[in-house]
Amino acid sequence: MSSVIQTEHLTRRFGDLTALDQISLTVEQGEVFGLLGPNGAGKTTLVRLLNGMLAISGGSARVLGYDPASQGDQLRRHTGVLTETPSLYEQLSARENLIFFGTLYGVPEGDLSRRVDEVLDLFGLRERTANKAGEFSKGMKQRLALARTLVHEPELLFFDEPTAALDPEASRQVTDLIASLSRERGRTIFLCTHNLDEAQRLCDRVAVINRGKLLAVGTPAQLARDQFQGTWVEIALRTAPDGRLVTALQALPEVIQVSLDDQKLAVQINHDDVIPAVVVQVVELGGQIMRVNPREHSLEEIYFKVQEEAKA
Amino acid sequence: MNWRAVSAIARKDLYEVRHNRMVWMPMIVLPVVLCLILPLVLLLTAQAAGQDSPDALLDPDIARMMANLPQSMKAELEGLNGNQQMIVLMLGYLFAPLFLILPIMTASTIGTNSFVGEKERKTIEALLYTPATDRELFVGKMLAAILPALVITWLSFILYTLILNVVGTPIMGRIWFPTPAWYPLILWVTPAVAGMGVLGAVIVSARAGTFMEAYQTTGVLVVPLLLLVFGQVFGVITLSVELALVVGLVVWLVDWALLWASQRLFSRYRLFESGRL
Repeated sequence: MSSVIQTEHLTRRFGDLTALDQISLTVEQGEVFGLLGPNGAGKTTLVRLLNGMLAISGGSARVLGYDPASQGDQLRRHTGVLTETPSLYEQLSARENLIFFGTLYGVPEGDLSRRVDEVLDLFGLRERTANKAGEFSKGMKQRLALARTLVHEPELLFFDEPTAALDPEASRQVTDLIASLSRERGRTIFLCTHNLDEAQRLCDRVAVINRGKLLAVGTPAQLARDQFQGTWVEIALRTAPDGRLVTALQALPEVIQVSLDDQKLAVQINHDDVIPAVVVQVVELGGQIMRVNPREHSLEEIYFKVQEEAKA
Repeated sequence: MNWRAVSAIARKDLYEVRHNRMVWMPMIVLPVVLCLILPLVLLLTAQAAGQDSPDALLDPDIARMMANLPQSMKAELEGLNGNQQMIVLMLGYLFAPLFLILPIMTASTIGTNSFVGEKERKTIEALLYTPATDRELFVGKMLAAILPALVITWLSFILYTLILNVVGTPIMGRIWFPTPAWYPLILWVTPAVAGMGVLGAVIVSARAGTFMEAYQTTGVLVVPLLLLVFGQVFGVITLSVELALVVGLVVWLVDWALLWASQRLFSRYRLFESGRL
């Protein structure tokens, strides 16, 4: 894999305010990279810097091999950006909007009509092609805006809070479309969001940001290992065990702690390799196992842990 | 310069103007009043008054103005009867500066709608994320404002000319309009004034949050033109070929300064740093 985005100590100041402070990260080709943080964390500023919309105050960035500060116009031929609001021309039809943006993105005139039809099909808008964008529902507008980001077949997509203004149904539709862009079409996606469920579902790797500082970067599993000691395994039993089982499990070398709630055991272990030994021990002491579920930390738990540690 | 992108931007802006009544309505009303209704009223009134009626010239204000006329103008009016003098004075001279209001108002209204309207309707961000350069965006939007301003002005001038000659011939006894000074006024001054309108709109739009706010502020651009109107009324200045050339030169120089300032204001960095997107 090669890096499509590389930043080194990237910094942006607005007067006395440091909106982004020494951000160093890489985004690999084909991955969905999530940038998580509350409102005002600096997510949108980073997207703007990476697309050459703002001057860089310090550090450096390379996006698809271009320097966004000096080669923004060339870079933007290869990126597509979806902002929180759809930014559509409401008086223009769906097709006219796409033709307009396709022209600005430099799609050759001979290919433009075919490309517009393709993206209208892809986002289920073919039957509304002649309707004005202003007549669309919020969800349809966001789908049309998504179509706009793809009309020139960009290598890299930036989605900035793509579902923030949508109801759950429309939000699900948009999330599904983003997932299919990544999995079926292999696009590299840089997703800014504070919707942690959405990030959990879509992202291969995430970065957590707050007040312009990068707090953590990695896959959700890596971040979970960094933030939480060991893994919890839940073991459901047919009958409640006696106290000997808890004592025996606690004696195992890689077990950190054990708790018992009626027929349910929760065992915290140092790493996943210990799970077979734990299961054998339970069976040897007469436990009748119904289910064994390793409990993964949700992105939400990881996110709040990272934010709390940063505050501390 | 990618002219395909420039043309797409200009066509899109013009499409939006055609679908926004608040923008195109004033562009229709003013030419109709200025080029159709007012000259018709004056000409028909003169016609109804009869060939030799000197009544209008007996008005004390107009009499004072007539007395203050420069020698060159007095010579032009010599040999004309009262009605003919009135028509030449009103429609040939006093209406001339009003013709500059047409391009400045049209260009500034479209320019305001184009620059600040995009911010207001939250469409500008997607536009700025395209590979179109700042200059291409700027030129596309400028053309969308200047071209209709000139088309409206020049069509209005043709209509004005037709009315003055068709309805005015029975009174004047000949085809008398346009007088020589109108050619530099229309061909040299109006493009410069249209440029001033749209460049002023760019500068105002950089600070304004809404179309109405910017629209009202660009109204100050008309003030220098009103000086020309009153300058003529009080006999301080008189429309002539020389005056039109000088006024045009001054406005082109102002345009050059405004172009420098507005290009600095209309850049992605400035727009995003302003925090008004």
